[in-house]
Amino acid sequence: LSICFRTVEPLEYYRRFLKENCRPDGRELGEFRTTTVNIGKCLCSITTADGSALVKLGNTTVICGVKAELAAPAADSANKGYIVPNVELPSLCAERFRSGPPGEEAQAASQFIADVIENSQMIVKDDLCIASGKLAWVLYCDIICLDYDGNLLDASVFALLAALKNVQLPLVTINEETGLSEVNLKQKNPLIIRKHPVATSFAVFDDTLLIVDPTAEEEDLATGTVTIVTDEEGRLCSVHKPGGSPLTGAKLQDCITRAITRHKEVKKLIDKVIKSITPK
Amino acid sequence: GVMERSREQLLRQTCEAVVLGVLHPRTAISLVLQVLSDAGSLLSCCLNAACVALLDAGLPLAALFCGVTCALQPDGSILLDPTARQEQEARAVLTFAIASSERKVLMANTKGSCSVEEMQQCLAAAQRAADTIFQFYRNSVRRRYSKS
Repeated sequence: LSICFRTVEPLEYYRRFLKENCRPDGRELGEFRTTTVNIGKCLCSITTADGSALVKLGNTTVICGVKAELAAPAADSANKGYIVPNVELPSLCAERFRSGPPGEEAQAASQFIADVIENSQMIVKDDLCIASGKLAWVLYCDIICLDYDGNLLDASVFALLAALKNVQLPLVTINEETGLSEVNLKQKNPLIIRKHPVATSFAVFDDTLLIVDPTAEEEDLATGTVTIVTDEEGRLCSVHKPGGSPLTGAKLQDCITRAITRHKEVKKLIDKVIKSITPK
Repeated sequence: GVMERSREQLLRQTCEAVVLGVLHPRTAISLVLQVLSDAGSLLSCCLNAACVALLDAGLPLAALFCGVTCALQPDGSILLDPTARQEQEARAVLTFAIASSERKVLMANTKGSCSVEEMQQCLAAAQRAADTIFQFYRNSVRRRYSKS
């Protein structure tokens, strides 16, 4: 009977749970789904990428692969490298996505990730420069959703952070005589990650209730979404509220407070995983 | 490109929150924005243009909205409606879409990083500035309909 009610009146079904301050999957309104992360060649199994990570947020599965290539820096920023993020929502992750050119959600997500990298300064482009005006690293960060069950942005930012922490760049020198670059694959250095941004997404229900980490079903029923990205110092790297029901400043503040708590949880998780894969 | 797609998503969802679509079933409302010149605060200009256009079209709206851009300068002061130059030099640029009902936040978009207090200060400044913009809407509409 409850399955019929859920199909016929999904919003009313949801409201019944929200009245009791919980959700159909048993979570509280401020509770995240189980987060797991696999980093590196052994666990994440992208052997061709320079850095990789697989993040599961409940059922939402996102994999990020980082490939580093060499390129000449742009004329107006001769000592800066490039970071090129790309989020893909292939048709295998959810039935709403069709194959073909990237849809609006994928493009908006790619822009969001690019903004997060830029705003948080997690990687300073100057660090990617090898020889000013001649050679710099380009980091292609490909984030692919394998299973879409809501909260894509949180999982993507987390996967990106984990993958970048795993990247080992070989030492590149420019031979003065020939002017060519020489890549030393034996000597690898990790990327300098200055900040650790973590995203926390909320769905707004009926203009007043805020629930954390929405599933795909909750996102469809919600009247708006908010994503807050914070770094370890408690600074806001991004407040992303793409329309949706209006919120007061106080409600936004509640979101930010929850986001700061979430940051600590995620940082602990990432540190634990990195420590477990670092060879002693 | 990707940037335009992202802006379209922001604008579309902001408009969807205020337009009473229930009154127009099986209807597509097409909003086309063409940038003639960009001298800073582009996103809030788009928001204002969109709202006035929706007003002019006579569509039923739950509330009006206006776009306000705040730039956080390196010395910590808040500058509203920055020029392109000021945006570049700023530490952070925050754009808010403020609704006319109780000055709630409809849309928020930030560039650069800032502390939580600074964001709240910018939001308060934007909410105060919204009054000026809504008065401008009123004057424009009054002017338009008093001629004809």
